[in-house]
Amino acid sequence: MSQLKIKSSIAISETGFLFMPNTGDSFSVNPIGVEIIDLLRQGKSEKEVKKTILSKYEIDDATLEKDYDDFLNQLKQHNVADTDEN
Amino acid sequence: MAKLRYERPVIKKLNTNFTNKYGTKTEYSPVTHIEGVAVKDLISKYGSPLFVISETHIRNTYKNALRAFRTRYPKVQFAWSYKTNYINAVCNVFHQEGSWGEVVSGFEYRKALNNGVPPDKIIFNGPDKTDEDLIAAITNGSRIHIDHLDELYRIIELTDELKMRPKVAIRVNMNTGIYPMWDRFGFNYENGQAWEAIIKILASDRMDLVGLHCHIGTFMLSSNAYAVAASKLADLALGIKIKFNKNIQYLDMGGGFASTNTLHGSFLPGKDTSPTFDEYAEAISTAILQSGFPPNELPLLILETGRALIDEAGYLLGSVISNKRLSDGRRATIMDFGVNILFTAFWYSHKISPAQEFSHYTEDSVIYGPLCMNIDVIRESCTLPPMKRGDHVVVHTVGAYNMTQWMQFIAMRPSVVMIDTKGEVHQIRDKETLEYLEQKEMMPQYLKKFTL
Ligand SMILES: Cc1ncc(COP(=O)(O)O)c(C=O)c1O
Repeated sequence: MSQLKIKSSIAISETGFLFMPNTGDSFSVNPIGVEIIDLLRQGKSEKEVKKTILSKYEIDDATLEKDYDDFLNQLKQHNVADTDEN
Repeated sequence: MAKLRYERPVIKKLNTNFTNKYGTKTEYSPVTHIEGVAVKDLISKYGSPLFVISETHIRNTYKNALRAFRTRYPKVQFAWSYKTNYINAVCNVFHQEGSWGEVVSGFEYRKALNNGVPPDKIIFNGPDKTDEDLIAAITNGSRIHIDHLDELYRIIELTDELKMRPKVAIRVNMNTGIYPMWDRFGFNYENGQAWEAIIKILASDRMDLVGLHCHIGTFMLSSNAYAVAASKLADLALGIKIKFNKNIQYLDMGGGFASTNTLHGSFLPGKDTSPTFDEYAEAISTAILQSGFPPNELPLLILETGRALIDEAGYLLGSVISNKRLSDGRRATIMDFGVNILFTAFWYSHKISPAQEFSHYTEDSVIYGPLCMNIDVIRESCTLPPMKRGDHVVVHTVGAYNMTQWMQFIAMRPSVVMIDTKGEVHQIRDKETLEYLEQKEMMPQYLKKFTL
């Protein structure tokens, strides 16, 4: 799977309010979701993101793996992330 | 450095123009304790899923119901409806509070007797009373509420054999403006059947007609229907007084008061739509008091309230088995309890709370049970914080009918505990085992062996 990229146009606040200027859609993201989006925007690889989360939170590999994939699918579905940069 | 508590990453689209029909704010605030006892301690000791009953809640609800009626009508008696929840410990809380017993089958009748309810304080309802049941009820002097003419004739025959005078009432069905009308039970008021049955009983002179009974339906959202029903029963009782100069001792208004559960499709939560005990009491008492009885001849008012007295006192604790994403993008959560033990999920949108602290982020999710069948749906849509495998939930208002209509299907029935008024936990039913299930099975000799 090619690396997903967060669209550069989105605006996200520390409190998890995410806004997409081109569609006007807004979303609410929980703190750990904000952290993952930030790491991806910094250009971190999937592996690096997972490593960071695993070291910081009380969670096992398998659960994170599953939740991470689900979260990224959601980002894709909501057009927050894409396989190519727009 | 200690690691932080993990929560699944979540993104949720904000619909600024709509309020969520299903999720209310309180729904996802965590419920970590029941009556001061930690949910996680209960589950670690008794397993998951687990039914929990609050004795304090039963007693408070009962006292409130009794107060609502006693402050409006001089003579009131509750009779605990066994089918609603017949775990003996639950029945006995009601009996300690002063409730008689109301039963609808032979085994329920024996349960009430075994619990120590005096036979003349047991009301025997229902269309299916066997000869054995009738003979026991007649011999013991229990109150038999006659459902149909075949039963009436059978009782007449039995009194000849037993040479005893049973205490009877008839069940009356009637139009109270509510649809559907429960006219399959008892004798109809409007078409004169009820009056004919009364005449047959009095003419037989083999039994004492002590009461008149009705049960107009269940989860009745209109208190006015009870006013109509009470007036019609009172009218029959006054007719008996005028024509036969006999006093009817009691009017039994049955059960049917709504609990605070929310019916599927209801826009408002049950707490906002169900009438209170005071509203039901006002409707019934006013109707009887205004019907024309002389004050010293007012009949005893009997109530067979079931769900409204026990529903809120019952909780079901359970655990998350898995989270899934459905093909249409909806989130699904699979719990370890299914509709086999939560029958009421078919008509109520039960409130479900997480049993641990979360951030305030929530998601809408379908809640499924663990059974391998498509109808095992606990909630079509429920707003909950992101939960992971092993997290616990509390399902609210499950005390009525679930612990009697439950079945072992794929999964067995779980344990039931009661938290007493001092916060002590008592196990009142043990979870089922394979040995228990197979106790009733027999294996023919020739089927014992096979080779594969
Ligand atoms: C004769 C009779 N009495 C009492 C009840 C208890 O009804 P509820 O739980 O609706 O109060 C029922 C329930 O169907 C019933 O059939």
